[in-house]
Amino acid sequence: MNTKTLVSCKINDTDTDFLCEPRQSLLECLRDVLSLTGSKEGCNDGNCGACTVILDGRIVDSCLVLGVEAQGKQIITIEGIATAEGLHPLQQAFLEQAALQCGICTPGFIVAAKGLLDREPKADEHRIRHWLAGNLCRCTGYDKIVRAVLQAEEMQAKKK
Amino acid sequence: MAEKGDKAKAMAGGTDILVQLRADRFRIERLVDVKGVPEMMEISYSKKDGLTLGAAVPCYKVYENKEIAKAYPGLYDSASLIGGIQIQSRASIGGNLCNAAPSGDAIPTLIAYQAIANIQGPKGKRSVPAEQFCTGPGKNILEPGELLVSLKFPAPKAGTGANYLRFIPRNEMDIAVAGAGVSVVLANGAIASARIALASVAPTPVLATEAMQYLAGKAPTDEHVERAAELAKKAAKPITDMRGTIEQRIHLTGVLTKRALRTAISRAKEA
Ligand SMILES: Cc1cc2nc3c(=O)[nH]c(=O)nc-3n(C[C@H](O)[C@H](O)[C@H](O)COP(=O)(O)OP(=O)(O)OC[C@H]3O[C@@H](n4cnc5c(N)ncnc54)[C@H](O)[C@@H]3O)c2cc1C
Ligand code: FES
Ligand code: FES
Repeated sequence: MNTKTLVSCKINDTDTDFLCEPRQSLLECLRDVLSLTGSKEGCNDGNCGACTVILDGRIVDSCLVLGVEAQGKQIITIEGIATAEGLHPLQQAFLEQAALQCGICTPGFIVAAKGLLDREPKADEHRIRHWLAGNLCRCTGYDKIVRAVLQAEEMQAKKK
Repeated sequence: MAEKGDKAKAMAGGTDILVQLRADRFRIERLVDVKGVPEMMEISYSKKDGLTLGAAVPCYKVYENKEIAKAYPGLYDSASLIGGIQIQSRASIGGNLCNAAPSGDAIPTLIAYQAIANIQGPKGKRSVPAEQFCTGPGKNILEPGELLVSLKFPAPKAGTGANYLRFIPRNEMDIAVAGAGVSVVLANGAIASARIALASVAPTPVLATEAMQYLAGKAPTDEHVERAAELAKKAAKPITDMRGTIEQRIHLTGVLTKRALRTAISRAKEA
């Protein structure tokens, strides 16, 4: 059971190979094998969203994906959100709106929100709240997070 | 799978099984990812033949499919209620049925639509109606080595409407305290037939047969809907636990059945 499997995938646009045990989650692989520690472990059972990554264009909880399932897939983590020019509008807006306190939930929120903005750049507040229901924050009370996402939408629209 | 018998388990989206394995609910020697099997990922719909839904198709592929949303609104309701967006990227309707939780949000809908579970195993294929699939909390009729391959939904008859509703303490992301999945067929201004399946009020999802029989042939009026909801409460044999009491669950069953019937009837009129 403990023989390791070689997994080849694309992480943040870079071809990546890693070895993992069949039982390891994608989150464990990212953090412990690949030292991509931006994705956080909150609950390890799919409830908090702190481990959110984009897998082939869909947001998933990486704690509920096996590392071996990444074979041949495209993965975006929080480390891949910023662009060559600097912070992603979501990152900038989270800072400006003070949408974080302890920050544990923040990578998950930003990746999840990116998953939304990539598909629906004009999502309204209601849609944003619904989309982010799989992400928990124990500090901020969500309002600032939602405002930050709305601001990021405006920033993106202006850029275009 | 066959080789490891009950030490092997299937995984579709993994949103139940990975959590259960991590909590040491049981130990297995092999986990088989069924998403690689093409039949498990099939979605095919036609007006004439109905819908064949592969057992491992994730929820988002169900509710983002316009044809399915239109032809099977109750299925749309269930698929968009399970977990949050991250969970819906992975969780399957088939996994929801196989997991056989009394609270499974897809199961009443499968029963209301008279879906058939297509099963394949070492001894061959068999087909079982959804309402016979769950045998107890977390238990189903699959023999070791058997897999659920797909769910077959009959083509909706003209004038069919359906709805699934549940009650949860939070707005999203919670386990149903009670749920009701209903379908109705209207013909010549009357209810030709109705099906009502209830979640979280018994060890398995149950059909409210008395209420169903009552509605057959009745006019789709509020009065009859209310009477049917009262009868549905009789089918509920819930327990008291941390999520709700017996009294609350029976009351909720009535309320949810009534509301789901009303929505199903108005959808049937538009269909
Ligand atoms: C945060 C969170 C929120 C959730 N919210 C809800 C909710 O609101 N409503 C709800 O009903 N559920 C909810 N769930 C539970 C779960 O997401 C659903 O039951 C889901 O539909 C399971 O599908 P899956 O594909 O992930 O199943 P898996 O975990 O892959 O499998 C579930 C079970 O079915 C078996 N199985 C899977 N596929 C097959 C097959 N083809 N043949 C034979 N056996 C098979 C597996 O061995 C396992 O025992 C939630 C879970 C989490 C973690
Ligand atoms: S750590 Fe994955 S959802 Fe909480
Ligand atoms: S900032 Fe602390 S959990 Fe969100």
